[in-house]
Formats: sequence, structure tokens, C-alpha cells
Amino acid sequence: MTTVEMPPARSVPEHTGSRLTRALGGAVLVTWTLWLLWGLVLSPADVVQHESVRLFYLHVPMAIMSSVTFSITLIGSIMVLRNGSVFWDLMAGVAAEIGVMFLGLVIATGAVWGKPTWGTYWEWDPRLTTAALMFLVYLGYLVIRRLDMDPVVRARRAAVFGIVAFINVPLTRFSVQIWNSLHQETTISLTDTQMDGAQLTSYALGMLAMATFLAWLLVHRFRVAWLEHAMDESGLEKLIRDRRAEGAANEPGGVR
Amino acid sequence: MSEAASPSDDGTVPPVASPVARLRGAVCVLGGFPALAGVDLDLHAGEVAWLRGPNGAGKTTLLRLLAGLGTVRQGSAEVLGADLTRVADRRWLRRRVGLLAHATFLYDDLTVEENIRFWADLHRSDPGDVDSAMARFGLDGRLRTVPVRGLSAGQRRRTSLAVLVARRPLLWLLDEPHAGLDAEGRAMVDRLITDATGAGATVIVASHDADHMPALAPRVLDVAGGVVRDAPAPGAES
Amino acid sequence: MNRLVADAWRIARKDLAIERSSRVVGSQILPFGIVMLLLFAFGVDPELQVRGGERSILAEIAPGLFWITVLLALLLVSGRSFAVESDDGSLDALLVSGVHPGSILAGKTLVVAIQLALLEVVVGAGSMLLFGVRVDDPLHLLVVMLSTTVALAGAGTLLLAVVAGYSGRDTLGPLLVLPSMAPVLIGATAASGAALYGTGSDGAAWTWALVAFALLYGAAGIVSAGALLEDV
Repeated sequence: MTTVEMPPARSVPEHTGSRLTRALGGAVLVTWTLWLLWGLVLSPADVVQHESVRLFYLHVPMAIMSSVTFSITLIGSIMVLRNGSVFWDLMAGVAAEIGVMFLGLVIATGAVWGKPTWGTYWEWDPRLTTAALMFLVYLGYLVIRRLDMDPVVRARRAAVFGIVAFINVPLTRFSVQIWNSLHQETTISLTDTQMDGAQLTSYALGMLAMATFLAWLLVHRFRVAWLEHAMDESGLEKLIRDRRAEGAANEPGGVR
Repeated sequence: MSEAASPSDDGTVPPVASPVARLRGAVCVLGGFPALAGVDLDLHAGEVAWLRGPNGAGKTTLLRLLAGLGTVRQGSAEVLGADLTRVADRRWLRRRVGLLAHATFLYDDLTVEENIRFWADLHRSDPGDVDSAMARFGLDGRLRTVPVRGLSAGQRRRTSLAVLVARRPLLWLLDEPHAGLDAEGRAMVDRLITDATGAGATVIVASHDADHMPALAPRVLDVAGGVVRDAPAPGAES
Repeated sequence: MNRLVADAWRIARKDLAIERSSRVVGSQILPFGIVMLLLFAFGVDPELQVRGGERSILAEIAPGLFWITVLLALLLVSGRSFAVESDDGSLDALLVSGVHPGSILAGKTLVVAIQLALLEVVVGAGSMLLFGVRVDDPLHLLVVMLSTTVALAGAGTLLLAVVAGYSGRDTLGPLLVLPSMAPVLIGATAASGAALYGTGSDGAAWTWALVAFALLYGAAGIVSAGALLEDV
């Protein structure tokens, strides 16, 4: 049998776009444009850090967004253990993927910033060390999600790891306070800020740009994962039919 | 964690009304493959059923499912009153069945007696039952203190059988119980099956042994393609 | 509850009996620790002194080397703890015996901890003998060693259970265990340094962190065992 049975057309969208994602995509374009304008052109260079301060409008929002994604992974993992939710299993997985990508970029931009500021790409500083560890731990999480195992068992095991791994998020966040070392003290706090107006605007725009970007990525990536899952499920129905046919063919009485 | 999250009260033998097992369209997926593709099956108390079918037909998966291992993806399955779609029920069920699998479940580095006592203790078997089970399979003599790694395949199988007997299961799930045994050992297995059903237990045997099984098992189930059917006419095969 | 504890104890006793009979700890794990000690002495010249001449460099970095050795041994010990079960499908058999998965992980954690503790005694004595390590505050060191051992054993057992039954577990295990345990390693090294030489001002804080890790990872395995081992 070589012909592939196509499921009804309405259940298979041709792309992962929708009105929501187009709106999000528009928001991404607008916020990125404003952010680049302020971050690169309108805001002044820093007195201490000079031009390299601009990296921070990317670096810090991305770091915060990676914590957000790992929090989604945590919530998803808890939900999987509570009720075996497929939605949350997929959500936890795609959030971690995006989080690892963001965190990789955070580490990379940190290194680029470190060269002119500290005179070295890498410093054995608590924030860098814990961030690197967190990167490896979540890489391990993604590996677990790709193991060749029963999907239900794998979902639960990944969920347990997704919960245990989360300890790295507060550990990295507070590593500076814990070790207090040469890394930047947390720059923004509610009571006291060392940034001037345009810098603060650039930073806020960076947050907005990264948040919309994250939401846009998450929705698209989740829909891809959901479609993959739906394909596996409809594949299962076909596998069950094939499996039963294999038995009927072996029957002494022949095929019914 | 609750001890008696069970279909009936804990510990006591549930009123094993027929059927012992009732499966309807049960699908069991292993690594993306539907090993069981919609099993309909009723088993009644005191029955001996012979599962036959080619390798890969789903016999072992069915036995594991009935033992409370593995999940039902579609359909329904009830064994000894336990609903196999619920984790707590599966845990409850596992203590009441005896599974003899391909793997012998024995620790190579422990002696025959250490192995048997370990499993019997976990199951809270009566020490007297353990002694008589060991005697029954000729494991009370020299073999008692031999580490399992030094045993032959047949002796291992006897050790696993002794563990099983000491547990007094309500439902016996035997995967190729005669494999690797000598004539004496096979006779022991046969007697075991008769004794078990005599005591009211239900026995399912997966086997390729067409010489032995017809005399033992009045009911024959053909397993093929992850589906189970009652064999057309008992004793019709040659 | 009683059944949980009793079963955990039975499984621990069984694993200890297996170790007694196979002698893997005595013939492989402890020698591994001693080999590591020798390698460190080859890699770092024992004659080199810290500037100021108080201690050798080797004695100075001994806490870190010590815990790296223990961490690597954890991979061997906890890997073996599950290999014993999956060799002959006995993880299934434990479940069919009505054992709660929590009891399995608790029993295994205990045995892994005992084996690590043995290794720590041997490697610790070796470090004092060969590297000239001295102990300022033995009680503090004891607390550090106990809590680190429990944290490592708990986490190692938990993480190896995540990959139990998977054929590539020997290579995936280290990827999961080593980065996850790095914070424990950092803490144990800092706290041990404080207990040995009174160096560093934050030894007490690190010790508390280790106690927290021990409680966290000791309990995590038992709590999540059902999700990990059911229906493998």
C-alpha cells in the first residue's frame, strides 16, 4: 500500500500562523524597531561602560526571558505530573528549547561585553559559572525529551527533571548576592536606578521587544510541536489497523 | 501512597466473581508501536488458558498488562476488579498476581535462598510457604547456598517458580514456563498449574509447546497482530 | 507508611548483600579513589608550596580534588545500583511485588550513601597521609561530609532513575549528574576548606546550603519515584 491517506483538510493547517501570531509578529517588528532606534541611536554611551552598555539592552532582557521560559517549563512539568497533560508536556519542552537558545545568546553577548569591560571573554565569576551550568542542565533536559522511550513514560521523567533543574534559575539569579563578586551588581531596582532617561527607555524597550519576540516564538514553536503530536496520534490509528491486519493475514482461515 | 486505594478492601481475597479479567478494545503502546491493538478478552476464575501465537504477536505484552505493568492507551481493562487505567489500582493488582517472565528476576550475586527470601519478604509471604516452595522445587538441599550466577538455566527457572509459589497469587501469568526445563521440571510446572487452579486461582500460560499444552489448558487463545481470539475448536489442531 | 520504610530497608539490605558478595566496592570503587589520589599527586607536584610556605599546593586544593573524586565515584556507584536491577528485569519484579517506587529509591539512596561514605573515609585518610592535609574543625567537617554525601546520593539515584531502562544511560547519566551536582561540589569544596584550614569567611553559609541540598535531594527522589519508575 503506497498511497498515503490524507486526513480531512481542515485538521491540517498549512502553516502555524494565525491572526494572533500576525498581530504578535507586528508587535515584534514595532518593538524591535523602536528598541534598535533608542538602544543604538538615541541613547547616549555610558560614562563607565561606553558603547558596550548597549549590549545590555539585549543581554539583560534576554536573560530575564530565559528565566521566564524555564518557569514555563517548571509549571508545565508540574502539570504533567498532576494530570498527564499533553498540552503542558509539549509546552514545557518548547519553552525549554527557546530558553536554551536565549540563554546561549545571553552567555555569548556576556562574553562579547566582557572583553572590553573586564579585558577577558570569560571570567570565573558566579553569575557566568552558574549560567553555564544552567545551560548544560537544560541541554540535558532537551536530551531526555528526545530519548527513544514510551512517550508517556518519557513525559513523566522529563517532568521530574524539569522540576529538579529549576533550582538553577534562582541559583543563577541570586548567585551574585550569594557569592558577591566582581560581576555587575543588579543594575535595576525599584528604589534606586543608575540609568538615565534614554538608557532606561532603551532597556524597557528591550524588555518589551524580547517579551513579544518570546511570545511569538513560543506560539509558533508550540503549534509545530502540537502538529507533530497530532501526526503521531493519527499515525497510531493507522499503526493499530496495520497491526490488526498482520494478525488477520496469519490466521489459518485467511483474510476476513 | 495509600495502602488500600483498592477496588475492594485491602489484603483479603476479593470475591473473585467472574470474570477475573475483562478487556475491551485494550490498546497497549510500547515505544510508539501498538503491541496490543484492541484486545477483547474475558477470563473466568479457575480457568487455565493457553496463549499461543507467533513471536511478536503480543503474548508477553498481554501478560505484563494483566500483571499491572504497562498502561492502557485506549479501551478498558479490568483485572481482579482493578481498573488498569488507574495507577493506584495497578499497584493494588500487582501484589495479587504472579508473573513468570522471560527474565528470571534473580540477583546473580545472591544465593538461591537469599533471592527467594528477599522476594517472599517483600510480598509478606508466610515463611512456611517459602520453605515448602523451596522443597517442592528441590532447592532445599545443596542448591540453597549456591549463588544464582552458578545455576543452570533450568535451575534459575525453578528458583523463580519457587518465588512465585510462595506468593500464592490469585492470577498466574506464566511466560514460557516449560522453557529450559528437563522432563522432571516440566512435570513440576504441570502439577503446579493443576494445583493452582484446584485452589481457585486462574492461570494463563503463553507457550510454543504444542505437545504439552493441550492436555493442560482447556481453553486456547490465539494471539496474532496484537489481538486475541478464542481458537476455533478445542483440540482441532494437529 | 511502615510498609514503605520496611520495604526500603529490605531493598537496602539486599543491595548491601549483593555488594558484600560481589565485592565491587572493595575491589573497584575504593581502588578507584586511591588511583585518583595518586593521579593528583602526579599531576600536581606535592613539593610545590603555597606562597608563604604554610601548606603544599596539593593540600590547599585537596578539598576540591576530594569532592571531584567522590562525584565521579557517585557515577559509578549509582549507575551500578540500577544496573543490578535492570540486568534481569528486576525493576519490574519489584513493582510486581507491590513495592512502592519510593521505597526503591529510598533504599538505593541509602546504599549509595553508605558506599560513598566508605570511599570518603579512605580517600580522606589518604589525603591526610599523602598530601599533608590537616583538619582544624573535625565536627564541622563531619557535618559537611554527611550532608554532601546525602545530597549526592539522593540526586545521583534520582537522576539515574530518570534514565533507568534506557540503553544509553551510561553516557547520558554523567551529562545529567555532573552539571546538576556542580553547585553541591562548589559548596562542599568551600565548606571543607573552611573546616580544614579555617579559610574563607562563608564556610558556615555554605554548610547550611549543603544541609539544604541534602534535605532537598534526599526527599526529591522519594517524592518523584512514582513518576519515574512506574510503568517502565
